[in-house]
Amino acid sequence: MNRYILKRILFGVLTLFIVATLTFVLMQQVPGGPFVAEKSISAAAMQAMRQKYGLDKPLIVQYWNYMTNALHGDFGLSLKERGRTVAEIIATKFPVSARIGGISILLALALGIPLGCIAAMNRGKAVDNVIIVFSTMGIAVPSFVICTVLMYFFGVKLGWLPTYGLTSWKNYIMPVMALAFYPTSYIARQMRSSMLDVLGQDYMRTAKAKGLSENKILYKHALRNAILPIITYVGPLIAYTLTGSFVVEKVFTIPGLGGEFVSSILNQDYMVIMGTTIFLAALIIFMNVIVDIGYTIADPRIKLK
Amino acid sequence: MSQNILSAQPRLNPDDFLPATAEEKQSLEFMRPSVSFWKDGFNRLRKNKVAMVSFWVIIVVMIFAFVVPSFYPYQYAQQIRGSERLAPMQYSELEKAAIAAGQSVFPHFLGTDKLGRDYAIRVMMGSRVSLLVGLVATAIVLVIGSIYGSIAAYFGGWTDLIMMRIVDIIYTIPDILLIVLLSFALKSPLSGLAELPGWKWVNTVGVNLISIFVVFALLYWVSMARIVRGQILQLKEQEYVTAARALGASNRRIIKKHLLTNMIGTLIVTTTLQIPSAIFTESFLSFLGLGVAVPMPSLGSLASDAISGLQTYPYLLFAPSILISLIILSFNLLGDGLRDAFDPKLKD
Repeated sequence: MNRYILKRILFGVLTLFIVATLTFVLMQQVPGGPFVAEKSISAAAMQAMRQKYGLDKPLIVQYWNYMTNALHGDFGLSLKERGRTVAEIIATKFPVSARIGGISILLALALGIPLGCIAAMNRGKAVDNVIIVFSTMGIAVPSFVICTVLMYFFGVKLGWLPTYGLTSWKNYIMPVMALAFYPTSYIARQMRSSMLDVLGQDYMRTAKAKGLSENKILYKHALRNAILPIITYVGPLIAYTLTGSFVVEKVFTIPGLGGEFVSSILNQDYMVIMGTTIFLAALIIFMNVIVDIGYTIADPRIKLK
Repeated sequence: MSQNILSAQPRLNPDDFLPATAEEKQSLEFMRPSVSFWKDGFNRLRKNKVAMVSFWVIIVVMIFAFVVPSFYPYQYAQQIRGSERLAPMQYSELEKAAIAAGQSVFPHFLGTDKLGRDYAIRVMMGSRVSLLVGLVATAIVLVIGSIYGSIAAYFGGWTDLIMMRIVDIIYTIPDILLIVLLSFALKSPLSGLAELPGWKWVNTVGVNLISIFVVFALLYWVSMARIVRGQILQLKEQEYVTAARALGASNRRIIKKHLLTNMIGTLIVTTTLQIPSAIFTESFLSFLGLGVAVPMPSLGSLASDAISGLQTYPYLLFAPSILISLIILSFNLLGDGLRDAFDPKLKD
């Protein structure tokens, strides 16, 4: 068990290192550079700027410097927003994304699991069909379509909800709905099929034969076993809500980390690109490791390799 | 011939070795013509209404994307002066004058955009881009994934171990992060490449489209490789393969008759389900402004452009949004239908 956890963590660190290196190499391939877009900048001033941020050194030296600094917890200064450290930017932008993402994950779990159960318990009936149709559509419709359609109806046509910013609780409704739509559908489908699977198991018949109450069978035997496969999805779900926020934050102009990542790439702000990539990748990888380990603890039938 | 009662030798009767009579032979003949794998699968697919409807939806969308634009009176990049921002079926003053003069003017079924380009043709070209990305990217994934997976499964041992560890690492890389970066980083090397002699086609296809393909070729083949490897490893150990080998079947026959036939269902299903995910990714990238380059439309970029004018021109949003959802939904449902028809084992 300990060996397995250690192995997973080592793998995570290795992946993170590869992602950081790839990002470093990739972002240098883009022509231009962070200071090109700025008007009225002389060659000498540009040179001075490059020197200040160490961009004049050979790539391998820059890479070495960045990595050693990063390992010491120093992610450098933003090249575009003068005087702000990358850590500061992440610290102000991440809570915004995390709040919206966290609420939508909770919403997706709170809606998806019961919906899947209801569909499975009423297999073949009208409720089941309705849930199937909705969850199939929910998987097919891209998040940007949901965002824009929500925005059109609730924001523009009806005028019930604000279409941009994050000032009141009303601002959260549409982004959270847009982000939760896909995972809710996915969880409902997954839950339905795993519940159907469990309902057909022998121990369910045994439980019924022992004369247990319906509720006890449902909660103690069916739900507990059926919910296990959902746990594996929570890791990717976190990754989805983090990256899905690229689109949601763009449409609703929310000052979050997803939007920051995309704009840092478009601006070629090397330090912010590296910082956000490493941060997001670390979060996703870490969550996957935690979920994997949690899953093997929750379900002893899964053999640890 | 007398035999020891305790002898372990079987008591043979000369009658057992007589040639079989015609009657006995007949009992071994097939009761009905054998149904081939394909026929069986397609029969099952044809009965699945949802899958068949999705199939025809895809065909119709393909006709509109690949055939109709070639004889459509407007071009996707053609800017018609005076016809900017027309509502669906509306004519501009110039066109009204032309109609009054007796000329026939082809209607703008979906209106025009802010540069006076016919929106219907742009939506059609956009779906062409989406479908092309879906099909080509999936083909790339299929080829790389199955070759990689079969090599790992065939050699086994250390080769397999190292190859699969590489897959594990690529699998854990957060894909969207790298896709966004890659598609941005690949643009300039590819446009540089297009300048070289013999590489002109790069420009014809479009630098951004190619970079999307490269992204898929680099990142998305891993799940395909895993599935192919798992299938081969599992099938190799099946009793019927051992039986075939015991009966003296050649390697070629085993691969053709047993491994490929049993794997093809899984491959078809995984491939079909890969198409919508590729389309999904392309539209996502285009929506963020990292996809196809102007004036080439994509369903994602059309939807993205429509947001700024949502207040006054909402119809510009609906056509691409509905179409992209319809395409992805149809491919998903067709994939589900194919899975039920060709690979009942995969059903979850």
